[in-house]
Amino acid sequence: MIPAPFAYARPTTVDEALQALAAGGEDVKVMAGGQSLIPVMRLRLAAPETVVDLSKVEGLRGVRDDGDAIVIGAMTTHSDVLSDPLIAEHAPLIAEATGTVADRQVRHRGTFGGALVHADPAGDLPAVALALDAEFVVVGPSGQRTVPASEFFVDYLTTAVGEGELLVEVRVPKLAGEWGMRYEKFNRVAQAWSIVAVAAVVRRENGRIAEARIGLTNMGPTPLRARAVEEALAGAEATPDAVGAAAARAAEGTEPSSDLNAQADYRQHLATVLTRRAVSAAAGL
Amino acid sequence: MTAVEDRTGTPAPEKEIGKARRRKEDARLITGRTTWTDNTVLPGMLHLAVVRSPVAHARITNVDVSAAREAPGVVAVYTGQDFAEEQGSLPCAWPVTPDMVNPGHPSIAVDQVNHVGEAVAIIVARSKTAAQDAVELTDIDYELLPVVLDMEQAVQDGADLVHDQLESNTSYHFVFDAGEMGTGGDTEQAFSGADVVVSRRFVQQRLIPAFMEPRSVVVQPQGDNYTMWSSTQVPHILRVMAAMVTGIPEHKLRVIAPDVGGGFGGKLQVNPEEILCLLIARRLGKPVKWTETRSESLMTAHHGRDQVQFVDIAADREGHVKGLRVRLLADMGAYLRLITPGVPALGAFMYPGIYKFPAYRFECDGVFTNKVPTDAYRGAGRPEATFAIERIMDELAVELGMDPMELRRKNWIDAAEFPFTTVAGLAYDSGDYETATQQALELLGYDELRAEQQQRRESNDPVQLGIGISTFTEMCGLAPSRVLGSLSFGAGGWESASIRMLPTGKVEVVTGSTPHGQGHETAWSQLVADSLGVPFEDVEVLHGDTAISPRGLDTYGSRSLVVGGSAVVKAADKVIAKARKIAAHLLEASEDDLDFSGGTFSVRGTPGAGISIQEIALAIFAAHDYPEGIEPSIDAEATFDPENFSFPHGTHLCAMEVDTDTGFVKIRKYACVDDIGTIVNPLIVEGQIHGGLAQGIAQALYEEAIYDADGNLTTGTFVDYLVPSAADLPHFDTGNTVHTAPGNPIGAKGVGEAGCIASTPAVVNAALDAVRHLGVSDIRMPLTPERVWRAIHQGGDGGDRAAAGSNAYGGAQTETTAGVSTDASSLGGDR
Ligand SMILES: Cc1cc2nc3c(=O)[nH]c(=O)nc-3n(C[C@H](O)[C@H](O)[C@H](O)COP(=O)(O)OP(=O)(O)OC[C@H]3O[C@@H](n4cnc5c(N)ncnc54)[C@H](O)[C@@H]3O)c2cc1C
Repeated sequence: MIPAPFAYARPTTVDEALQALAAGGEDVKVMAGGQSLIPVMRLRLAAPETVVDLSKVEGLRGVRDDGDAIVIGAMTTHSDVLSDPLIAEHAPLIAEATGTVADRQVRHRGTFGGALVHADPAGDLPAVALALDAEFVVVGPSGQRTVPASEFFVDYLTTAVGEGELLVEVRVPKLAGEWGMRYEKFNRVAQAWSIVAVAAVVRRENGRIAEARIGLTNMGPTPLRARAVEEALAGAEATPDAVGAAAARAAEGTEPSSDLNAQADYRQHLATVLTRRAVSAAAGL
Repeated sequence: MTAVEDRTGTPAPEKEIGKARRRKEDARLITGRTTWTDNTVLPGMLHLAVVRSPVAHARITNVDVSAAREAPGVVAVYTGQDFAEEQGSLPCAWPVTPDMVNPGHPSIAVDQVNHVGEAVAIIVARSKTAAQDAVELTDIDYELLPVVLDMEQAVQDGADLVHDQLESNTSYHFVFDAGEMGTGGDTEQAFSGADVVVSRRFVQQRLIPAFMEPRSVVVQPQGDNYTMWSSTQVPHILRVMAAMVTGIPEHKLRVIAPDVGGGFGGKLQVNPEEILCLLIARRLGKPVKWTETRSESLMTAHHGRDQVQFVDIAADREGHVKGLRVRLLADMGAYLRLITPGVPALGAFMYPGIYKFPAYRFECDGVFTNKVPTDAYRGAGRPEATFAIERIMDELAVELGMDPMELRRKNWIDAAEFPFTTVAGLAYDSGDYETATQQALELLGYDELRAEQQQRRESNDPVQLGIGISTFTEMCGLAPSRVLGSLSFGAGGWESASIRMLPTGKVEVVTGSTPHGQGHETAWSQLVADSLGVPFEDVEVLHGDTAISPRGLDTYGSRSLVVGGSAVVKAADKVIAKARKIAAHLLEASEDDLDFSGGTFSVRGTPGAGISIQEIALAIFAAHDYPEGIEPSIDAEATFDPENFSFPHGTHLCAMEVDTDTGFVKIRKYACVDDIGTIVNPLIVEGQIHGGLAQGIAQALYEEAIYDADGNLTTGTFVDYLVPSAADLPHFDTGNTVHTAPGNPIGAKGVGEAGCIASTPAVVNAALDAVRHLGVSDIRMPLTPERVWRAIHQGGDGGDRAAAGSNAYGGAQTETTAGVSTDASSLGGDR
């Protein structure tokens, strides 16, 4: 299928990119890896007037150590993420979740930033970013701002990145203490999106769970934190029973969609099972 | 040095038949550097884009294509009105009953649309992009009609009608009654006297063939001649049918199927777009091309399966089956395409499976709905039949408290009983179900898995284990022409081949059995290498062009090797017979004194005197010295018409893990032993089995074409129409027994559909076996985790799935390409 006609810009700096966005007309789309944008353009579900391709913009790709955080460039591809030593050391959850994204071909083109700005409720990285309390560095005509993960995902396919703005990098705080992480993804075939998934980040202290952060994928129009589970786990014993009891609250406050993969009640059930599994694994049970 | 000396001491060449040769066609097919139809570029070629109905059932009240006509690059825009007089009806070659109702199938809708995706206008432009862009400029008004989707409702009195000029939504009522046919006893009597009767309703969900290469057509007019390239399985059938539909005389129409990237029955069709390309090329006098998008393919290429099966089985307490009764509702979709009505009827003969039923009755209603037509899909009728019988045998075993394998053993045809005429009147040729089963049980490690199953049950493991059985047979080698005639099929089932001996000793084999990925070029080369004693590399196989291969009936129904390969072998025999006369002449010997082996004629009792068939080819090309009274040619042609089907069989076993917490099912182990007669190329056989298993398992676990309440195809992309990849499938433990088919010179039975036919019930039986103790007796296909979970925790068969597409790509669903704004397209903006 062929997309509707569009103008194309390929800037080489962030400033040029911002200018291209400003000058691109009514409906301008940023293109990162194109793995979400191009399919919807080909299906003519989106018909932007201008596409601004970020692939040649310098400085957006790669991961660096920034003291108390690692910083992941928006244009870092999924396959870069999978082989990055800093991510492996400080945020293995990102690599684990990224490893479940699509297939090799898609992972070679798709980007970390693109997946987050796209904010597909079934996408795997938003819930992970939420569980890791990541921060999003966004630039626009009026300068740069940093948005916490809790404020980044606004609605279905909508983030805090406004028109004319770019996500440039994501800061992932390093975690101090004894942390375990797990991404439990539930889908039907290897290359598919999550029907439901759960990202768990758990700190253990003296046989107890000191702190847990649980991100839910595809349990509503945006990724969610399972606050009820987190509260129940804080200070709980690291035992299967305690984890099970806390995980049973995973669906509280969620409003997942019903589609051919799962109706809402089944998604809510899955959330509890996957939360139990994710937390158990993260807690080393 | 003479050729004769050169040969002395050369060992007889190794047998080609049985060799696991790599396929000679693969390099070009896999790299795509070949003649796919869409690679064809002709000077001045125009491109078509089809405007398709976004609604399932409506009267067309107004068509405005004026803006599209003005669009840049657009040469012409046609609507149904433009072809109303000349388009005729797409052919249906299988009127299964004399009073079957066929409403006719226009290639482009004129005043009414009957399924989403039906063509309503066509853009002809100088480029593909220009054509596609202009689609959005068309404006078509529809007056909506009630949408008919559910067969069980559609057959009720007073139901809304798909075709309001018809009396009902029923196209035909087909009956096979063994009692009436004299092949079995009275079914009603068998049931009334039975100790046990088990009745079930099974749903064969709608599937999409999902071939890899999208359909593509190019037509080039030359004066009043036309050449059509099409990504089709059936260039020969297409030529006849297209000539009949369009009135272009058959001898003025040449059809070429270049390399074709898969079909699975989905390209056993005369497509609307093939006819439209011809009509437009004729009208404009210019070459035209149409290539579908993947979305168009999923939405408008014919679908498969889609039946509701009501199955009753009668038995005595000891487990001897007494009777079988099958009633089907078969979804035709909105129209009858090439063999739409025949698919369930073909299955009619396979419901008794491998068992000795004394009585059998089959009835089928073909039902119209506002969906894309169904038609052949790998197995075509036989997977449905195999599923029904293998599922109900398990249900009967449960009812009797009997081991499911013991029940099967008690009723299957014993090896000593072949040939065996079944209650459906088929004469099964050869086989041994017991041996295949024993071998399969060993491959699976049956006893250990049963022990583990027991353990998991006792420990109440959240992951339960089950083992599923499918002992199947199928009718292959389609088909004896006379039998097809008796079933009212519109054509025969013979196949043709010819062999051309070139002056340099190379061999051209022309086959009428057109491949679309099966490996005919390799297998046929192996056959000919053995028959003629020439090197494998010296054989070239030509196919798929009606000017090169004028006679043929193409590839489907596991027929190519069995029928087409047999024609090749017969042609080779004729070549040898002709060459023998020349050899006798040149060697100055009597024909009777000649031996032919390893490609060489030698004179018995005269060592050293010999001539190879390749040398004879040169000699007869020169034709300086050959016997009086014969033609100077050793080329030959043969047509093979089998007298019976062939009946591959096998035992397929599946071990399945079911996660009772989530409903997720995972195949733990899959083992199968197939008897497909002579194996010409084990590698190709293994490939066919693996691919077939993948598709059969996909029906059980993954694939389903879903329509929403308005008749939109929800599974309109591969995001939602879930085709598994290698990553989702287990390792397959495969084996073979060999009982050659007596009905053809090769002894082959056919393997193209075996895996697909046998595997589905094995997989479903396995899942049920895992959770039956939890009160589950059926789960609807595909076994989505949600259905399995619901069946375990809420009872029932898992129920309907929600119709909405998943949210990836904004729930793209049916992409109408029509440019008509739909709910889905309005979601467009931000993804
Ligand atoms: C077959 C297939 C399977 C997939 N399976 C999965 C899966 O299992 N799990 C999963 O999570 N994802 C999956 N994806 C999506 C994949 O992860 C995409 O790569 C990702 O969602 C988008 O990344 P991209 O770089 O391709 O972004 P693009 O497609 O280029 O852009 C996506 C959106 O983000 C915007 N955007 C991108 N970068 C920026 C930026 N720096 N600043 C502002 N806006 C920006 C674009 O304008 C666009 O709206 C799959 C994709 C495919 C094709």
